Amino acid sequence: MTLQEMQNQELRDELFLRSQVDVTKCYQCGKCTAGCPVAEHMDYGPRQVMRMAQMGLVEEAMKTKAIWLCATCETCSTRCPKGVEVAKVMETLRIMAKERGYIAEKNIDKFNNIYNTIVKSLGRMYEPGLIVSRNVATGHLFQDTSYGIPYLAKQKLNLVPHKPKNSEEIKSIFAKAAAMDEAERGNR
Amino acid sequence: MERVGVFVCHCGSNIGSVVDCAKVAEELRNYPNVVHSVDYKYMCSEPGQNLIKEAVKEHNLNRVVVCSCSPRMHENTFRACVAQAGLNPYMFEMANIREHCSWVHAGHNEEATAKAIDLAKMAVAKVCKNKELKKGHSPVTKRALVVGGGIAGIQAALDIANNGYQVDILERTPSIGGKMAQIDKTFPTIDCSACILTPRMVEASSHPNIKLITFAELEKVEGYVGNFDVTIRSKARSVDMSKCTGCGTCMTKCPGKADDEFNMNLQKRPAIYTPFPQAIPNKPVIDRESCLKFKSRKDGKDVCGICAKVCPAGAIDYEQEDEIFVEHYGAIVMATGYDQFDHSVYGEYGYGKYPDVISGLHFERLVNASGPTMGHIVRPSDHKEPKTVVMVKCVGSRDPEHGKSYCSRTCCMYSAKQATLIRDHCPDTKVYIFYMDVRTPGKGYDEFYNRTREEYGVEYIRGRVSKIYQDGEQLIVKGEDSLLGRPVEILADMVILADAMIPQNDAAKMAQIVGIGYDNDGWFTEAHAKLGPVETHTAGIFLAGACQGPKDIPDTVAQAGAAAVKVCGLLSKDQLETDPCTSEIDPALCAGCGHCVGVCPYKAISLETIEERKAGKTISRQVAKVNASLCQGCGACTVTCRSSAANLNHFTNAQILAEVDALCQTIL
Amino acid sequence: MEYAYYPGCSLDSTGIEFNLSTKAVAKAFGIQLVEIPDWNCCGASAAHSTSHWLGLSLPARNLAIAEAAGLDVAIPCAACYARSKRAEVEVCKSEETRAKIEEIIGRPYKGESKARALLDIFHRDLGVYTDKNALKKPLAGLKVVTYYGCLMVRPVDTGFDDPEDPISLDEIMTALGAEVVPWGFKTECCGASLTACRPEVGFPMTEKILDAAKKSGADCIVTACPMCMANLDMRQDQIGKAKNVHYDLPVYYFTELLGVALNMNNKELGIPRHFVPAEALVNKIGQAKTTEGGEA
Repeated sequence: MTLQEMQNQELRDELFLRSQVDVTKCYQCGKCTAGCPVAEHMDYGPRQVMRMAQMGLVEEAMKTKAIWLCATCETCSTRCPKGVEVAKVMETLRIMAKERGYIAEKNIDKFNNIYNTIVKSLGRMYEPGLIVSRNVATGHLFQDTSYGIPYLAKQKLNLVPHKPKNSEEIKSIFAKAAAMDEAERGNR
Repeated sequence: MERVGVFVCHCGSNIGSVVDCAKVAEELRNYPNVVHSVDYKYMCSEPGQNLIKEAVKEHNLNRVVVCSCSPRMHENTFRACVAQAGLNPYMFEMANIREHCSWVHAGHNEEATAKAIDLAKMAVAKVCKNKELKKGHSPVTKRALVVGGGIAGIQAALDIANNGYQVDILERTPSIGGKMAQIDKTFPTIDCSACILTPRMVEASSHPNIKLITFAELEKVEGYVGNFDVTIRSKARSVDMSKCTGCGTCMTKCPGKADDEFNMNLQKRPAIYTPFPQAIPNKPVIDRESCLKFKSRKDGKDVCGICAKVCPAGAIDYEQEDEIFVEHYGAIVMATGYDQFDHSVYGEYGYGKYPDVISGLHFERLVNASGPTMGHIVRPSDHKEPKTVVMVKCVGSRDPEHGKSYCSRTCCMYSAKQATLIRDHCPDTKVYIFYMDVRTPGKGYDEFYNRTREEYGVEYIRGRVSKIYQDGEQLIVKGEDSLLGRPVEILADMVILADAMIPQNDAAKMAQIVGIGYDNDGWFTEAHAKLGPVETHTAGIFLAGACQGPKDIPDTVAQAGAAAVKVCGLLSKDQLETDPCTSEIDPALCAGCGHCVGVCPYKAISLETIEERKAGKTISRQVAKVNASLCQGCGACTVTCRSSAANLNHFTNAQILAEVDALCQTIL
Repeated sequence: MEYAYYPGCSLDSTGIEFNLSTKAVAKAFGIQLVEIPDWNCCGASAAHSTSHWLGLSLPARNLAIAEAAGLDVAIPCAACYARSKRAEVEVCKSEETRAKIEEIIGRPYKGESKARALLDIFHRDLGVYTDKNALKKPLAGLKVVTYYGCLMVRPVDTGFDDPEDPISLDEIMTALGAEVVPWGFKTECCGASLTACRPEVGFPMTEKILDAAKKSGADCIVTACPMCMANLDMRQDQIGKAKNVHYDLPVYYFTELLGVALNMNNKELGIPRHFVPAEALVNKIGQAKTTEGGEA
């Protein structure tokens, strides 16, 4: 397959419109990867993800584990000599990937989903719920449960979740935000 | 009575870390005729030189030896120092204990120290035989020759002429202008190349101090700084310049056809032609290889002659012959330019056979409004606009196996420029550039490159192209995106190869004719990479532009100006000091055999008849005599002379033997 | 001085010491913290990873409530601060964004209520470090490394301190009498929630920070982020055991040490609730001083 056949201009345009970052500015110096605290665990470093994005291989970029492992610490964006907001590109790619069902890091996605579900229904985080749900979802039933008892002993966990007064308002925010994202995608 | 002072330099750690300098000074203190011997950190520094001056006074020295670096580096420094101390500057010798000792014997410190002591003793032995010498003088011809009529030559000539000196431009093609005339736009400002060049061409041709000698070759250079005799061959134009009005009728009627070199053979031109419409002089020449008349003459016939028939001025002269003449100059600027690497050595790029794989200079003609396509970017094969163009950098550059090991310096920028021109002319055309590195060290250059990527949307792919092959009407370009670490293939309509800059194919021969150095690649060698970038090792001959190495127009123009300043400095003098280290022949010993006359490369020796009284009779006989102003002190005559009549001042037989004696004594 | 107070979810549970100490110290300094009624989660990393607009709108709602009350918002948690600040900056940058966010949250928000990091407030507005008189128990002899974490000072357009070598926390600690030990990990990322959802990735990140802190010779780590605290404090024992190292590095919120210097009671500040025992070290400060004073 030739390079031209692999390049997807529409996705490249969508990435630009949604991230507002011009990836062509990246000159591939590698300072982002060099400073990224997660890079050694990534399949592709941030520089390579940026290269895929600027070459129009956005589909491929969306399938990397890297965009999920990014901790959004923004070290890359802060230090970039060309002022490219790398973390913003990673975040936008992550959103675009999820919309298309490209989930290269299932556990991280599940964690995000559970988190969002709890916030959506309670308006706030409920940590015991997060841990238990995560463990059920990922199959690691006892991960971090050893911390539960000390937490309780130290009165650091509320077993009773926050009772939301704002639940309808929060649900509406979730719905409207999703609609806004959908509209942006529809515009493409 | 010889009273020698010895001064041993550490040169920081350059000498001191290998040679035991204190020991050298100590050893020499007890050597015959040495009355003072010391070592010091930096002899060439001001305190170091003061040390010498004070010692001369205090110890009443009449000879000085400095043990330090090469005489090439500091002989003049110390001669001046000795002169300031009141001695004749030639009562000084230098022992090279750096290049000849510490640098080459690092790690063998004891042996190096022993060698340094030997070298110092030899220098003392020699200096004791030194004689006071005085510099001579030679006149200066206040006129310069610039070889090459490209932008380097034009600029150098204009700068010299504007300083009030006469200057000739010698150009081998029918017109001045050079490569810059072929280029469409110049980076990083996208100035039209012709628009900024042609006014300079006109200025040069109309300048009262400049004479153009076009369609002419350099045959021979004799003489020396200030007094060069240059033999020039003016090739037969077959057109009488004094009659031709440049009306151009002949060119429109000529039935002969030849490849148009100026347009990179993208079209044909007539046999009688000017290379391009703005040519200077704007008078045609007949290319006898493709002229029907001259071709038919070889077969014993004599046909055509149309140009002579249509010429209203009667300027066509088929019988004209090459003319050879000699001109005199005080200085010469070499501005012979460069050539373009021939990418047909690369089989993987099609051995130059694919019509749509072109070079950078081809593209310049393609995109030029007065070029063969009137500036429409079309592929040579079918004259269709390419929708995808791939550019390949470093073709022949940085390829020691198949091309040149060096970087051609200009390709990164002209490729970026050409890419932006494509995007400007054909906004729908995609441009990919394969590169190994992007090198843009010039004012506004990196900014230009970044605009090429960010604003013009040109896609850069880091990697060297491995293969190009024809796929139907298109080309497949195979490379690696080394930033992604994977091979890529691009389907291209046209490929532009950024061919390397190489020396003119006869650069080595030209260097030998003129008598200057050239490197392994054929670039002319400057006197010093940093401190003498426009001088050569031959006094009076200077370099400008790409003949010295790949460079772009701004650097070329700057270097041309620098060379012009050096020329003007030289021509501003009425007389030049000459080196007193010339040969002398003792007529009493000379047998008049004339061997020295034959070996002298400078034609400085001739035989003359003298009369002398011998046994009561006056007899006349022939003896050799040296013209000191021509002699360059090479010493060829002294080693040839069987009766030891020839002696080179400052390197006399007696001095050389004293050195040998000194060395042999230490060995025994 | 009055601020709207946004504790965020952590300060209600795992980061309760930050909440306790913040409230106690603020009271002592006369800062009024009015908790935003019915505040909601800022979405942390999950919301903005899923939806651009959700990531901006969740914190915008809290800011909108504060704006209606005419107050800036004091935010202790670095992550909550970063998300809230991002929302504020985006709203100020673009009318279009503002209109969309207002539509989503169903409230007006003009970007007038500013998100302020609690660290920034203590450092800049109050000048605590100049007020030596307030310090009843200077932290003399305590060697600390300051750990800001990644989100507090990044990116530049949302930050209040230098992103590579921030000094606000250093200056507060120095003012309290502690010795600030230089190190290279002030703003390195601890791994955040990766320790929870991808432990094999997140743990080594926290481990590097603990190793560097230990190597620096500091007695403890001071931080301003509950996520960092959870990773450095709660997981310290587990990380240490895996490589047979006993770090013994108590981790404090800067507000806890402010409280210690004001001679507040450990329990009131939440110090006994740490995983790595943290009382002994601060108790020693007091004793050392007493002993010294006694001898003098």
